[in-house]
Amino acid sequence: MLSEQEQREIKAEFAHYPQKRAACIEALKVVQKHRGWVSDDGIKAIADFLDMSPEEVDNVATFYNLVFRKPVGRHVILICDSISCWVTGYEQIKEHLFERLGIALGETTKDNRFTLLPMACLGACDHAPVIMIDDDLYHDLTPEKIDQILENYE
Amino acid sequence: MVTIHIDGTSYQVDEQQNLLEAILSLGLDLPYFCWHPAMGSVGACRQCAIKIYKDENDTQGKITMACMEPAKEGTYLSLNDAEAKEMRSHVIQWLMTNHPHDCPICDEGGECHLQDMTVMAGHAYRRHRYNKRTYRNQYLGPFINHEMNRCIQCYRCVRYYRDYAGGDDLDAFAAHNHVYFGRHEDGVLQNEFSGNLVEVCPTGVFTDKTLKSHYTRKWDLTTAPSICHHCSMGCNIIAGERYGSLRRIYARYNGKVNGYFICDRGRFGYEFVNSDKRIQQPMLRKERNADPEPTDKQTILRHIAERIQNNDRVIGIGSPIASLESNFALQQLVGENRFYGGISNSEDRLVKTVINILRQGPARTPSLKEIENADAILVLGEDLTNTAPMMALSLRQAVRNIQKKIAQKLNIPYWQDAAVREAAQEEYSPCYIATPAGTKLDEVARKSMRLAPVDIARLGFAVAHRISNDAPGVDNLSKELASLAAEIGESLKGAEHPLIVTGTSCRNENLLHASANIAAALKNAGAQPSISFTMHDANSMGLAMMNAGTLAQAKHEVQEGNADTVIILENDLYKRIDEDAATEFLDQCQHLIVLDYLHNKTTSKAEAVLPVSAFSETFGTLVNQEGRAQRFFEVHIPAEPVQAGWQWLKDLSTAAGKNAMSDWQNFHDFTRHLSNAMPQFKDIEAISPPPGYRVADQRIPRQSHRYSGRTAMHAHHNVHEKKTPQDKDSAFAFSMEGYRGQPPPSMIPLFWSPGWNSAQSINKYQIEVGGGLHGGDPGKRLIEPQEKADSPYFKNIPEPFEPGENRWLTLPGYHIFGSESLSMHTPGVAERAPGPYLSINDHDAAQLNIKDGADATYVVADRPYTLAVKINASLPRGVVELPAGLPGLPTAILPAWGKFSEASE
Ligand code: SF4
Ligand code: SF4
Ligand code: FES
Ligand code: FES
Repeated sequence: MLSEQEQREIKAEFAHYPQKRAACIEALKVVQKHRGWVSDDGIKAIADFLDMSPEEVDNVATFYNLVFRKPVGRHVILICDSISCWVTGYEQIKEHLFERLGIALGETTKDNRFTLLPMACLGACDHAPVIMIDDDLYHDLTPEKIDQILENYE
Repeated sequence: MVTIHIDGTSYQVDEQQNLLEAILSLGLDLPYFCWHPAMGSVGACRQCAIKIYKDENDTQGKITMACMEPAKEGTYLSLNDAEAKEMRSHVIQWLMTNHPHDCPICDEGGECHLQDMTVMAGHAYRRHRYNKRTYRNQYLGPFINHEMNRCIQCYRCVRYYRDYAGGDDLDAFAAHNHVYFGRHEDGVLQNEFSGNLVEVCPTGVFTDKTLKSHYTRKWDLTTAPSICHHCSMGCNIIAGERYGSLRRIYARYNGKVNGYFICDRGRFGYEFVNSDKRIQQPMLRKERNADPEPTDKQTILRHIAERIQNNDRVIGIGSPIASLESNFALQQLVGENRFYGGISNSEDRLVKTVINILRQGPARTPSLKEIENADAILVLGEDLTNTAPMMALSLRQAVRNIQKKIAQKLNIPYWQDAAVREAAQEEYSPCYIATPAGTKLDEVARKSMRLAPVDIARLGFAVAHRISNDAPGVDNLSKELASLAAEIGESLKGAEHPLIVTGTSCRNENLLHASANIAAALKNAGAQPSISFTMHDANSMGLAMMNAGTLAQAKHEVQEGNADTVIILENDLYKRIDEDAATEFLDQCQHLIVLDYLHNKTTSKAEAVLPVSAFSETFGTLVNQEGRAQRFFEVHIPAEPVQAGWQWLKDLSTAAGKNAMSDWQNFHDFTRHLSNAMPQFKDIEAISPPPGYRVADQRIPRQSHRYSGRTAMHAHHNVHEKKTPQDKDSAFAFSMEGYRGQPPPSMIPLFWSPGWNSAQSINKYQIEVGGGLHGGDPGKRLIEPQEKADSPYFKNIPEPFEPGENRWLTLPGYHIFGSESLSMHTPGVAERAPGPYLSINDHDAAQLNIKDGADATYVVADRPYTLAVKINASLPRGVVELPAGLPGLPTAILPAWGKFSEASE
């Protein structure tokens, strides 16, 4: 079931499209905003609400790697592994994060604080290497900087 | 036609085609995956790479996908170019990186398009040394097995399931190198045509679960062409046997009938042939109340011969699921005037009305393929997905005709599937559906109406009147229906190929009349209408064409003492008429002789029961609802003394000293005599070649040249290899030996061509890909409308439906799984069937204070039934539905008025 708040926010998107189902991606974002991720039940609830089959919604959801179909930690770290970052120190950054967090790509820390995910280009190549935590972009990174940054996220 | 040049040779090809289609139509080989002749191109797999040149002087050329390039005049291309070949071999190498190479344990092995294309593309040895990604498979229900690791991401399955068949519970998930094809969670695939995934998927991802339960490779099956017996559409099938049991059903391509596909009832409903309810021995009751005892062939023949010898009080009751030949043999045995049809009076009236309408004209009955051309459709009373499944699939293609026009305007060739769908979105040609309850096809209909049958008929009459004033008008039509009638009339009148579909499932003659009026009105208005009637059984049409008497007349004969011995052919009368009436009738028959393949209530009443062959164990001819006579062939020989109905009837006749059939040597003689005896069947002899037919002095083998274990398969009984049985009835052989080239189109036991082991080899049997079979699609149409039809309009317009006071009009509700009894012997089909229920309008339910899911006691024809209530808001008030054909429910007597008993209120 979608909460009233979720329903309201999804309905607000209908106006932008000729068909309800076109609001599918927005609906997924709304649900993820409120719940942190989109569960199977969330998929079914959206499907019901948009007159789609769960398959059709999940087809969209699973295509986008920023729609989380598994629970994630309180903060999601996206680490760029595309060309510019790769040549300017991605490996080092990655190793450092692995060590600090005790997790590998695709994993969540035991205390549920961080989830670490790879991302192909965060659009700040001129300041590579880059990571993004939640909505915040961090560039020109070094391992030292990272330690500091992580402090900001509880 | 245009000229294209392939590797230095010039060819004439059809400019409507893309280059892949043109190349394949020429009989050349080019590997492909994502293109499918029924679904067009999307250019997804990159396997059909060729080199294409600017002109004849261009030596450089460029690689392109043959399936995405139109066949244009003066195209120069190469299949053999080294770069193109290398590209194709790389593509297959890359498609195979994650494939598990598990052919030996894969059900697709030996008829796998991926195997064939891998060999054809030239990368047949694995170099990939790394880990492969693996998937979790899903439970998809009783019919389809899922093995995702074998997927090569061609997207055919979702394109077929969603775009072609209208399903919505199968999709593609995720991205990159981990795309997944399945459901959002484990569960039964809901689409009625899901079985075609088995043939559409080029690898072993989706395979036939019923085959898995008694697995046999394609090359080890004994196969023959057959006709589906599970509804009136007459889809062409290939049935395969091994070790005496039927192993699977495959679609048999017929360009005019079912094309590449069949429905799930047809594909999976075959297991009754292997059922332990089969009658294996003749059974004889020595005295009226004694228990029946198994006996031998001679004894039973002698016993029955005594009954019928010099007895002019013998009558025969035929069957709409038995072949023309078996019905004819019964008619020969008992005499023309003593042969009765074996269906209820009301059904008899309906089918005869249909035949009259079709013979009269003016409209023609279209083939399934022609139905796909309809550009305005009106469906009256039929829930097609459940009463004539493959017609529903054809209509789903027909409503896309407007998309052809849209594509044409934009200069997009129709085979550009993704582009056409993108351009046309959800634009559909007009289709109107009027039925008592909601149907699955409603989703593609412009409008769908829920009305009681008489009101559907009134709507139909009103449509006819709107089209032509000569057609009688309808009084007191509601405003709403009047404007609907106007809209439908306009749309049919303006169409190039207007189509009216109706049938016998509502058991309402007014509907047939109304449809005939619409067709006649359209003709008068200068349009070219076609009209299609669905019927109840596989040979309803054929039986009706025999002009047999009715069951009521048969009953009368028995009651009057004009008949004391009754022979019933493959027909459980309890499914045809009211149970008590059936019991009463059968009890009145002094000597009841029943021929059947499954034990049922009628056989349990018989003095003598003869075990007959099921469809795969014999030959016969059926006439489908189009009026097309089609032949099915014996796949395997049943264990003695089981034999064909026509053979028993001949043996009986001979044993009784009659010489009507005594010199008929084989099946073909029955067919020949029938074509001579009844002019309406004169063409049926020519449906397939006679038993003496040979190609290069050889018969057509039922077994592949790779058939294994022939010398050993009976070794546990006897080490000496059995003599292969001789087939006196047809030009087929029960053997691996015989002519390996292409047989005549009516006699294709399997599709195979060197290098093409899968169903994709059908390409090689067609005049052009997706077109007719070489030599013409099999079957003969028996009914054409009169040239100069001057059919009077039907004038008997029914009164509008009045909901009753405390009584409900009870109608049969149809289910693809459940309403047809033979297929219910397949466990998976029974699993998918509904339980006994009663569906009712929500307001009516509220008034009665009954809740969804609660049990109600409902009384029809004075008998109470306990049924689970299903609220169905789509039903009109005053109408309820019971599931048709379920054992224990009174569907034979519907429509009827019924009421809720006090207890449940
Ligand atoms: S499951 Fe079969 S049809 Fe579907 S994409 Fe994979 S290989 Fe193609
Ligand atoms: S539509 Fe009818 S004839 Fe065709 S496969 Fe299905 S049940 Fe058989
Ligand atoms: S490559 Fe890392 S931000 Fe673009
Ligand atoms: S068949 Fe041409 S790209 Fe797949």
